[in-house]
Amino acid sequence: MSRAVYITGIGAISAQTEESIFSEKPAVYTSNIFQAISPNFKEYIPAMALRRMSKAIKMGLTAGKIALQDANVELPDAIITGTGEGCKQDTEKFLESMLSQEEELLTPTSFIQSTHNTVGGQIALNLKCSGYNVTYSQESASLESALIDSVLLLHEKPSLNSVLVGGVDEVSNKITSFGFLNGFLKQEEIENLSLFSHKSEGTITSEGAFFFNLTTENKKDSYAQLKAVSSLKAESSIEVSEKITEFLLKNSLRSQELDIVFLGKNGDLDQDEIYDELQNTIFSESCQLAYKHLSGDFNTVTGFAIWLSCLIFRKQQIPDILKLNAVSGANPKNILLYNLASNTNHSLILLQKP
Amino acid sequence: MNRGVAITGMGIISALGNGLEANFNALIKTQDGITFPETLKTKHTHLPVGEVKISNLDFEKKLQLADEHSYTRAALLGIAAAKEAVKSSGLTARELLNTGFISGSSVGGMDATEKYYLDYEKSSAHHQFIPAQHPGFTTNKIAEHLNIKGFTTTISTACSSGANAIMLGARLIKAGELDRVIVGGTDCLTKFTLNGFNSLKILSEEKCRAFDDSRNGLNLGEGAAYLVLEAEDLAKDKRIIGRVLGYGNSNDAYHQTAASETGEGAYKAMKDALEVSEIDAEKIDYINAHGTATRNNDLSETNAIKKLFKTVIPDLSSTKAFTGHTLAAAGALEAVFSVLSLQNNFIFPNLNFSKPMQESGLLPITELKHKSINYVLSNSFGFGGNCTSLIFSKNE
Repeated sequence: MSRAVYITGIGAISAQTEESIFSEKPAVYTSNIFQAISPNFKEYIPAMALRRMSKAIKMGLTAGKIALQDANVELPDAIITGTGEGCKQDTEKFLESMLSQEEELLTPTSFIQSTHNTVGGQIALNLKCSGYNVTYSQESASLESALIDSVLLLHEKPSLNSVLVGGVDEVSNKITSFGFLNGFLKQEEIENLSLFSHKSEGTITSEGAFFFNLTTENKKDSYAQLKAVSSLKAESSIEVSEKITEFLLKNSLRSQELDIVFLGKNGDLDQDEIYDELQNTIFSESCQLAYKHLSGDFNTVTGFAIWLSCLIFRKQQIPDILKLNAVSGANPKNILLYNLASNTNHSLILLQKP
Repeated sequence: MNRGVAITGMGIISALGNGLEANFNALIKTQDGITFPETLKTKHTHLPVGEVKISNLDFEKKLQLADEHSYTRAALLGIAAAKEAVKSSGLTARELLNTGFISGSSVGGMDATEKYYLDYEKSSAHHQFIPAQHPGFTTNKIAEHLNIKGFTTTISTACSSGANAIMLGARLIKAGELDRVIVGGTDCLTKFTLNGFNSLKILSEEKCRAFDDSRNGLNLGEGAAYLVLEAEDLAKDKRIIGRVLGYGNSNDAYHQTAASETGEGAYKAMKDALEVSEIDAEKIDYINAHGTATRNNDLSETNAIKKLFKTVIPDLSSTKAFTGHTLAAAGALEAVFSVLSLQNNFIFPNLNFSKPMQESGLLPITELKHKSINYVLSNSFGFGGNCTSLIFSKNE
C-alpha cells in the first residue's frame, strides 16, 4: 500500500500575492509579458551572491527556502526541480555575447548559470544538501515530472522526512518576446484580467517559482494531500475525458465528487476549446476555477494553482476572481488541476483536504 | 513492488559511428572518433571534438522530413539511436503506444537557436524553431517520430542527464509504474557549449588524456544512446542483454561547476548504487569512469573511488577519449558501452594515458582487456553538483 504524501510547506513567487488574490484586488498588468513581484530577496540570499543571480535563481532559491521555513525543515532529503525553459536570462546573455563577439573573449559566468539544473544546484549548494537532486525540463509538464519523481521517491524510501519540490521559470528579454513571433503570445496587448474575453489566438506570459515541502507524515497543519499526478497524451477532448475518468477511478473518485476543478485555460481560442467541452461535460457539476489571467501562462505555472488550492483548503474561501461558473464549491474535499500543455499533452494533479 | 529491470535493446550514434556495430568495432580496434569540427561551424577549428560525420541534411533526407520541419540536430541524433534500440528489442508499433520515454538533454535545440537568433525578428523563415530551443521539445519530437505514447519526460542535469534518465526508468519499472520504457539521452555539438567550455578554459587542444598526470581538459562530443528497459517478469521470453541493478544520485553541494576535491557527491552516488544493487564493492569488475580529463574531475573522481574501494580498485577506464564528452548523452553512451563490456567480456581502454597522476598513482586500463565481466559501475557527474552512478550486470 503506498503511503499518502502531504504538502507541509509552500514558497510561492508570482505576479500576484496571497493578499492580492484573497482580498479580490489582483495586480493588473497591461502588457502581455509581465514580471513576478519580488519578495525581499536579501532576507534569504547574501547580497554578494544576489548580484550575480538571474531572476530564476533568486526566485527558485527564495521560494525553496520559504517552503522549508514554512514546514519547519532545515535540511531536506531531496531537491527535485522542474523548469520548462531554464535559465533564459543567462542563456541569452552568453548567446548574445558569443554572437556579437564572434566567439572571442567570452567570460564564463553566464554560461555556468545557463544550465537547466542551475536552480536545483544552487539550492543544494546554499543548503549544503547532498541528497537526491534532479531537474526536469519537459515543457509544460516539468513541474508535474518533478512531482511524479517526488511521490515515487517517498514511496521508495518512507524514511525520508522531506522532499523539496518545485517549479521555476523566468522572463527574459528576447527569448520570451519571441512568443509574439510564433503565436504563443497575443498580437494585441491586453490587460491580464480581460484574458478570457479576448477571442483571439495566443496568451499572456509571466514568471514565478513555486516550491513545496512534501512528506509522508500528516502534520496537523498540512495544507493538502498530494493524491496523484499524471502527465498524459491524448488527441481529442473525448480521449482526454476518458483518461481523466480513468485517472479518477484509480483514485476511487467519480467526476461528480470533484468539488473544484482548476483549469489551465489561457485565453487562446484554439486551446480553450478543449476546456470548454470538458466544462460542459465531465466538469459540469464542479466549481470551475481559472488562474492564468492572474499569473500569466508559462511552463511551471501549475505550481500557482497548487498554491491557490492549498490556500483554498486552509482558508475555506474561494476568491470570486477565480470563478468561471456559479457552482459554490464550498467546503471542498477534492480539487483537480487540469492543464493542457499542447494539443496532445495534458496533465492532472489531484489534491485532497488533509 | 520490486521488479527486476531487464535491458532488452539498445541503440547508439556517436563520433565512433552510427549504430552498435560501428561503435563496438571502433572500441575493440581502439580507434577514437576525435577530429576537428567540420559539421559544426565554429571559429575554434583547432579544438578537437567527437563529431558525428553525418550532416543534418543527410538525416533529413533519410527520414524524408518536410521542408518546414522543426527537428534540431539533437532530435535527429536521438531518432537514429532510439530507432536502433526499438529494433534491437523487437518492440512492435503497438507496444510503443504504452512504452515510456525518458530522455536527457542539456541544450536541446540550441544549435537552431544560435543559428537563427538574430534573424527571428527580421524574417519568419525559421520561426518553427523558436520553441525547439527547450529540451522537452527535443524529447517530444523523438517520441512523436517513433509514435511512443507512454509517459514521456526530460531530465536536464547537465552531464548526468542520460544516467539520471536510466535511473528514473529503472525506478518506475521497479515500482510497477511502468512495464517498459526507453531511456537515454541526446546532445549535439553547438557553438554555445563549445564556447562555454572554452571560456571556462577546460577544453584541451589535444586529444583528451583522462587520469593522466598531464591531462589538460576535455574534448566535447555529440551523440545519442538509448536502452530499452522492461520489467523482468514481462520480458521472460525476450533476449535479455543485461540488467540495471543499481543506481545512486547525490549532490556534491560544493560549487556550481567544480567538484569537491574529496568527491563527496561521487562517493555517495557510488555507495548508494552498491546498496541498491545489494552487492559488495569487490564484485565490481569494471568502472566506466566519468573521466572527463579535466584537472578537477579526474582528481575528485579518483579520490571518491579510492575512498569507496579502499586498497583494491577495480579495473577502470574512461571512454571519453573515444567519443568526446557528449554531455547529457554521456551517461547513456557509456551505459551502452557498459552493456557491450558485459556481453563481450571486454574492457575498453583509457586512451592517451602515459603517466599516472602524482596525487594518486591510479592506473587505468590502457589496452583492450579480455576478462570475465559480471558487474560494471558507470559514473556520470555534472555541473550543479549532480552526481549519478549506475550498476549494470549480466542477465544471471
